[in-house]
Amino acid sequence: MEIPKSFLGYKRENGRAGTRNHVIILPVDDISNACAEAVANNIKGTIALPHSYGRLQFGADLELHFRTMIGTGSNPNVAAVIVIGIEPKWTKKIVDGIAKTGKPVEGFHIERTGDIGTIMKASKKAQEFSQWASEIQREECPISDLWISVKCGESDTTSGLASNPTVGNLMEKLEPLGVHLCFGETSELTGAEEVCATRGVTQEVSAKFMKTWSNYNDFILKEATDDLSESQPTAGNIAGGLTTIEEKAFGNFQKIGNLKFIDVLEPAEEPKKGPGLYFMDTSSAAAECVTLQAAGGFNIHLFPTGQGNIIGNPIEPVVKLTANPLTAKSMSEHVDCDVSKLLSREMNMSDAGDELIKTTLRVANGRLTCAEALGHREFVMTKLYRSA
Amino acid sequence: MATDIIIHDKKDNVGVVVIEKITPKQDCSCWIMEDDSSTTIKSEDEIPLGHKIAMIDLNEGDTILKYGHDIGKVVKSIKKGEHVHVHNVKTKKW
Repeated sequence: MEIPKSFLGYKRENGRAGTRNHVIILPVDDISNACAEAVANNIKGTIALPHSYGRLQFGADLELHFRTMIGTGSNPNVAAVIVIGIEPKWTKKIVDGIAKTGKPVEGFHIERTGDIGTIMKASKKAQEFSQWASEIQREECPISDLWISVKCGESDTTSGLASNPTVGNLMEKLEPLGVHLCFGETSELTGAEEVCATRGVTQEVSAKFMKTWSNYNDFILKEATDDLSESQPTAGNIAGGLTTIEEKAFGNFQKIGNLKFIDVLEPAEEPKKGPGLYFMDTSSAAAECVTLQAAGGFNIHLFPTGQGNIIGNPIEPVVKLTANPLTAKSMSEHVDCDVSKLLSREMNMSDAGDELIKTTLRVANGRLTCAEALGHREFVMTKLYRSA
Repeated sequence: MATDIIIHDKKDNVGVVVIEKITPKQDCSCWIMEDDSSTTIKSEDEIPLGHKIAMIDLNEGDTILKYGHDIGKVVKSIKKGEHVHVHNVKTKKW
């Protein structure tokens, strides 16, 4: 198949392109959710991104909070941002971070005004942003403007056999075209970590990966009270035939095809080394991982599933594929791309990769994903430790 | 002939059932992805879609190979054609 050289996206002030055109109402902290949701309810064409944290965090955990907030607002799928927090200082810090992209952003703090006054002021600005954004047209953008993140979930053995290698096939075909790519799931590479490390583009990158994996694994071993058999693999994984974390890891690893990764990113860190494949240090819980990848600037997500994970994200469209024929049949409203014919060998891997490229481009051009149509907007901040 | 079981790598000692289920004493056709070769096996158990079958006899302490790599250890001996899962295989990690 000849791969299209372009897609229709929204060009942003900083040179990036979006596959979506959201106006978001971003609460800085948990207690500002009510205000943010009220504004989003008032003004059509906006979405609120409520979450559970943002108070009394400190150190690396606080840095991650800010990086996730600023990264989410800066994502090219977002046209404009209203930031609402309880206090002025942290609110301003996030506004200033997002403003570097050149997109419209305005902050409001609730202290000394209260919810109702803040909702009124923020709603007026949100209306202005929403109507402004509604006039932005999709334009032809080079395919290299796609930043594709990947993560699998509710995996089973069909993931490692077929749907994950389909993503790997897509990566092998799109990497030469200058696309940014990202995989994560540090803990779910356990068992395959040494093989994964050999895919670092230099010894330095490989060492950085091993250090990141070891830190995460040490944390798991420190906190574990049993053999994790209730958590990894999950009950869903086991029902689908996955027996051990090692088996899950080697299946997971099929998503990167034969590529090497050029850098190891902190959670929610934006890649800076140009096009190619990156590894991001993330949890393996679907919503946490995709939220971090979206905050890193990725504008379309590919999500292979075996038993049928249903996750979506408010700003980054999540394209789901499965090779499990039972899932494709029983949960069809969640499946954007059915590659189950790989198992019956009625389809080969290259054909499956082409199908996924076609689906990805349709979604990049504006087709709603199943998760978008069903209203999945899982926005889940990663918290590293308890607040002070 | 339709494929009942797919094996990732020639070195693997397990295969994955890719039809809805296989039944005891079924003669199954297997496809090895790595070199596009074929083999057959007679099943001993009913094994559902996505679950693994032992391609050889395995003893306690043996290593399960899938994708050509170590994915865990045998904790209860397994006969060729039997179901391989959490009841007879455990992780070597965690």
